[in-house]
Amino acid sequence: MTQAQTNVLNPQELIAFTIGEQEFCVDIRSVREIRGWTPATSLPQSPAYVRGVINLRGAVLPIIDLSCRLGLGTATPSARHVIIVARVGLRTVGLLVEAVSDILTVSDETIQATPDIACEVVRGFVKGVIPVDGRMISLIALDGLLPEVTVEEAA
Amino acid sequence: MDPMEAIRATFFQECEELLGDLEMGLLSLQDGNGDHETVNAVFRAVHSVKGGAGAFGLEDLVRFAHVFETTLDDVRSGKLAVDPDIVAVLLRAADALTDHVTAAKGGPPVDTVNAALIVSDLQQFTGVEALMEPADDGDDISFVPQMLALDLDETPQAILTPDNDWTIRFKPAAALYRNANDAILLIRELDRLGTTRVVVDQEVVPSLPDKVVTEPVLTWSVQLCADAAIGESQIRDVFEFVQGDCELHVFAGSVGAEEVASFDDPVLASPNAVGAESPEQLLDRLMREANVAAETETAAPTHRPVQPLAQSDVTSVTGNRPEALVQTTIRVDLERVDRLIDLVGELVINQAMLAQRVVEAGLARSSTIALGLDDLEQLTREIQDSVMAIRAQPVKSVFQRMPRLVREVAAATGKKVRLVTEGEGTEVDKTVIERLSDPITHMIRNAIDHGLESPDRRVAAGKAEEGTVRLSAQHRSGRIVIEVADDGRGIDRERVRAIAVDRGIVAADAILSDEEVDNLIFAPGFSTAEAISDISGRGVGMDVVKRSIQALGGRIVITSRPGEGSVFTLSLPLTLAVLDGMVVSVGDHTLVVPINVIVESLQPKAIDVRRLGPEGTVLAVRGSHVPLIDVAPSLGWASGNEGPAGGVTLLVESELGGLAALRVDAIQGQRQVVIKSLEQNYRQVEGVAAATILGDGRVALILDVDGLIASRKRTTARPLLQAQAS
Repeated sequence: MTQAQTNVLNPQELIAFTIGEQEFCVDIRSVREIRGWTPATSLPQSPAYVRGVINLRGAVLPIIDLSCRLGLGTATPSARHVIIVARVGLRTVGLLVEAVSDILTVSDETIQATPDIACEVVRGFVKGVIPVDGRMISLIALDGLLPEVTVEEAA
Repeated sequence: MDPMEAIRATFFQECEELLGDLEMGLLSLQDGNGDHETVNAVFRAVHSVKGGAGAFGLEDLVRFAHVFETTLDDVRSGKLAVDPDIVAVLLRAADALTDHVTAAKGGPPVDTVNAALIVSDLQQFTGVEALMEPADDGDDISFVPQMLALDLDETPQAILTPDNDWTIRFKPAAALYRNANDAILLIRELDRLGTTRVVVDQEVVPSLPDKVVTEPVLTWSVQLCADAAIGESQIRDVFEFVQGDCELHVFAGSVGAEEVASFDDPVLASPNAVGAESPEQLLDRLMREANVAAETETAAPTHRPVQPLAQSDVTSVTGNRPEALVQTTIRVDLERVDRLIDLVGELVINQAMLAQRVVEAGLARSSTIALGLDDLEQLTREIQDSVMAIRAQPVKSVFQRMPRLVREVAAATGKKVRLVTEGEGTEVDKTVIERLSDPITHMIRNAIDHGLESPDRRVAAGKAEEGTVRLSAQHRSGRIVIEVADDGRGIDRERVRAIAVDRGIVAADAILSDEEVDNLIFAPGFSTAEAISDISGRGVGMDVVKRSIQALGGRIVITSRPGEGSVFTLSLPLTLAVLDGMVVSVGDHTLVVPINVIVESLQPKAIDVRRLGPEGTVLAVRGSHVPLIDVAPSLGWASGNEGPAGGVTLLVESELGGLAALRVDAIQGQRQVVIKSLEQNYRQVEGVAAATILGDGRVALILDVDGLIASRKRTTARPLLQAQAS
């Protein structure tokens, strides 16, 4: 566990995880639990990044393939993959990622603005980047992950 | 919520119940079933609404309730006879009172013209000028203890006949009051056995500053001149529920008060136990002491000793005896019940998973684990049934709203209508109840507006001037069946057919059975009213009713006999939390098809599958052709290799009553599944009604058959196939 900075102002705790080569993180307060991968029931008429739904103790939980959502190619889930169960607005969703790597404590000031690059996906989902021990971890905004916009367009 | 708001919310909750009671009472008066107690109940309901409204400063409501109450009081006291005229006005007043309550709750404002009209109608009966003073603070006759004479000058034994006399000495302990019993109720109970004289031993009442408020001190001596058949056991029965909570002595024969007082309690042995002080003097003394006590103590303790004293004035009780109320219901937040139901649903799933694991582990059926699991299954089922029963409610809450609707619609159409309701006690899940109201409202409106004839036409047809609409509910094979029947003219099939042809719903030369014609009124875009009336034509046709019923997993049909009337029959599942489904395989996927839409399942021969157009296929079923839908590609999944003829075909009935054939790979079996919402965490998916969790713990999707058929029509934009049921 890396304690990025201690005695910081407005400390934020973030959960870091990896997809392929890249590292990402989300606000720990929105994370409910982390669990192993279980095969999902695929849903008809859904975007490719919606892997389907799983049973989370009686609730039906949609699984978002974060890799696919971020344009990094569809994941081939294995037993090593994990699902981060996160609260987005009033909903609970599962985020399929390769592995959870770290819990970071950072202050607001450490979060840098997203570098201005052309990729639309990056601009849409990355709220900022955090330098940690020479690595770069992208902070993901969860709000836009669900396919609501797509639904409204289709409807 | 701030406490005042919470109390206010409770008040409105109670109002709803009171208004329900009010209407029920008035309706039974209307039917001539009411007695004096009904009138009292009606009066109490209005009075309680008024009292509560006064506490919240709801002036308008109080004023109206006061006028209403005044009239009811005259009815209660017998000044006004219960006749149909007055009951009709009272019913309208009850409706107006409901409006006032709704307005006070923050609903739409009251129709003041109508309210004023009712007020004047009410006052016409009482002959009282407009009463506009604010109502009194609720200390009303119905709460005043009945005042009865206690003649203390006479010695008790003087008037007693010696035949069947008993003396009962009774000293309640604190536990008696703690258990919500009351001495007065027991004394009243004794009074039923014969003539009583009750004497309270006042001497033992200590002065207030010395009083231990938690210990009752009064002792009653009851001289009972019992009816001939009464023995000691009957007298002791009266005290059955307070055994151990009081000192009780029962003696045969009448005994002087002095003797009574001296039985065993040395404190009571004073020869002047009775009559030394009149109740008034005693009360006086207590009041004086109370004033002193109030300075050193809180006022609350004075309440307890004074109350039994006031009741000791009541010696021989006559008139109505209110029965001791037993609390048999509790209010529970619906969320808690829903949570419980969710949990039980999970328990059922978990138990099924466990059972599957045991089978997978290769354990024998007779192994102790398997046997224990069988017991567990039994228990979970029982728990599930019991939990479901908590949410089950009688349909009464919906039926209760209908009399008002009938009055309004009857008034608007100028028809005379009598509503008969049956099976109000039939229970069904709360979620179903909530969604029953609209369809029933619509069917009743329809029955009165379109079904019943005007009074003169009815007379001309040899029927009673007053039409009857019968609303009934009953349980039938695990479903609730609701019928709305009228004795009107029945469906005019010629006209229905003409309109349907006109609107392009059926072909002009289509051969239709009577039943099929009748059910055309459920077709979208069909409305028989030539001029859209205010009553039925609220922008919703019977097709909307049918769709909302089907959304609940129900069916609706109409049967009609010309000149004799029509019957709408509505059948619904008892709960929306579970569903009977056919579990089928489609490719690698497992789907659940609701049983209620499946007509039959069949294995078609290749020759029965015919192509129609570029990609359409139809299936020949006993001479008629129905569209064949391959489920897998319709949901965007890879189709099996076997082609349309392979696998199994489910013949399903769609929204419009038309048939369709769904091709699936295999049928796994039939089972009850717990419905889980997809929307909660995701969104609605076309072709999928909901999800469920199967025994292996995986999520399976429940097929939305109508949605599937509709989406196919949209995407392929083919002309609508007239799928005619054979």
